[in-house]
Amino acid sequence: MSVLVYTENWDGKFKKLSFELISYAAGVAKMLGTDVTAVSIGKVEDTELKKLGNYGAKKILSIDNDMLITLDNQAYTSVISGIAQTENSRVIIISNNNTGKSIAPRLSVRLKAGVGSGVSKLPLSLAPFTVYKRTYSGNAFAHVVIKTDVKIITLAQNSFDVIDTPNNAVIEKVMVSVDSSLIKTVVKDVQKQTGKILLTDADIVVSGGRGMKSPDNWPALVELASILGAATACSRPVSDEGWRSHEEHTGQTGKIIAPNLYIALGISGATQHLAGISSSKYIVAINTDKDAPIFESAQYGIVGDAMKVLPKLIAAVKELKK
Amino acid sequence: MKILVCISNVPDTTTKIKFAEGNASIDTAGIQWVINPWDELSLTRALELRDDAANGVKSVTVVHVGPASAEPTIRKALAIGADDAIRVNTESSDSWFVAAQIAEVAKKEQFDIIMCGIESSDYNGSVVGGMISEFLGIPSVSAVSGIKIENGQPVIIREIDGGKETITVPMPLVVVVQKGIAKEPRIAAMRGIMMARSKPVKLIEPVVVEPLTQIVVFEKPAPRAACNYIDAENAGQLIELLQNEAKVI
Repeated sequence: MSVLVYTENWDGKFKKLSFELISYAAGVAKMLGTDVTAVSIGKVEDTELKKLGNYGAKKILSIDNDMLITLDNQAYTSVISGIAQTENSRVIIISNNNTGKSIAPRLSVRLKAGVGSGVSKLPLSLAPFTVYKRTYSGNAFAHVVIKTDVKIITLAQNSFDVIDTPNNAVIEKVMVSVDSSLIKTVVKDVQKQTGKILLTDADIVVSGGRGMKSPDNWPALVELASILGAATACSRPVSDEGWRSHEEHTGQTGKIIAPNLYIALGISGATQHLAGISSSKYIVAINTDKDAPIFESAQYGIVGDAMKVLPKLIAAVKELKK
Repeated sequence: MKILVCISNVPDTTTKIKFAEGNASIDTAGIQWVINPWDELSLTRALELRDDAANGVKSVTVVHVGPASAEPTIRKALAIGADDAIRVNTESSDSWFVAAQIAEVAKKEQFDIIMCGIESSDYNGSVVGGMISEFLGIPSVSAVSGIKIENGQPVIIREIDGGKETITVPMPLVVVVQKGIAKEPRIAAMRGIMMARSKPVKLIEPVVVEPLTQIVVFEKPAPRAACNYIDAENAGQLIELLQNEAKVI
């Protein structure tokens, strides 16, 4: 029996979410009285693989196969379901990001395993196996019973703290044969985001809304983000106007994020926007309208013009970093 | 080429969610039901593909798994421009159940592209599209923000975590779409609304499928502490609080 985790790396380095997944899995394994097995697909050095042991992985299965360079969910499903069967995994834990959303449902059908998606807490009970998940775009949370023997959990990003649980993990290189006829995805072009902090991975996010008034006013926001080591985001009207790329749009139909700190500049806080950010640990609202709904969700608020407040914040952060 | 667009019927996204007695379901009184926002974008893109004759898309069919009360939402999809609709006549229970029903529909009528929204705004499951593809044993692509047809084949842009890729995948396939797939949802014109009345909605009885998951109870998100206001003139004080009180910077 085991708890299986599908980890993700980016250019050979594990994403922060992988450590969250392992920490979460260690919690589940403890409840079940079993161990965590981590799966890594891609070219990852042993020194990097060992890091998974710091958060509670007991066994690390490393698969480096040229056929798996491109994410083809049919090929990945075959590999992961094969491992889940050999490892006799009762619970499989995957991120609720784009990659996870691509793999988890196929795995569910392949293994006839119920999925609890967007889970943000350890299971509430083992019998029946009950998970806690976000529903109604953050306006409600549900207790969901997974009735099957094998369970799949997709974990909401930034919802579970990374916990140091050093374990003497063993690394095993696993050779898998991948049927080339299985691979249907042909990549024609890749545009990687480089040198930027991934919005979904960021601890701090600085976000602008229509109250920023013009795309010309963004440099100050970008500067604040840069000195805070934060990612930048925006509200839907801003991306719809083309002031910022739609990849920065956070909200119900955009990206759903849960950073430690979300700074909203000139964002009024429509329900649809809040749906994308309400899981943030701290929300700071800066808006000229004291009645803007964003203040109801914020722990810190400044009633004022974002363009006047920004230079003061930048100066204060610079003072702090001295 | 035939396209199937899966649509979910969800409370309008501005709805204040209240629970029914026992908190095991939501109180549906007074709720305005709409096409799930991602499904609406997906339908819009499907219609754009159909409307350019060069793409060779013959028809766009919408499918919904749900009871008769969802008819207005289906009619809206027809008014926006779908050619016909299929409703699997049942209460939907979990994602597995819904995906299995749609897979049955797809097995009977051959579709080249099946489009689904990346999630529904009510259950936020993000699994139905992927499940359909695995039930059918066909490829699927998730987080798709662009699709066009070139030489009769789909060319797809998908968002990966940290970038985007342009890929090709042979048909039949399931395309799971996210924001960016269409600029804005298409709105029904009066002519469309009139025409929708006479478009066919085929009723299909469900196959027997045992759901794998069940919602037992809902709860409200934990309330947040009241906002601590800082004077705009002393905005720098915010940074101090974030460092020493919240300890997030």
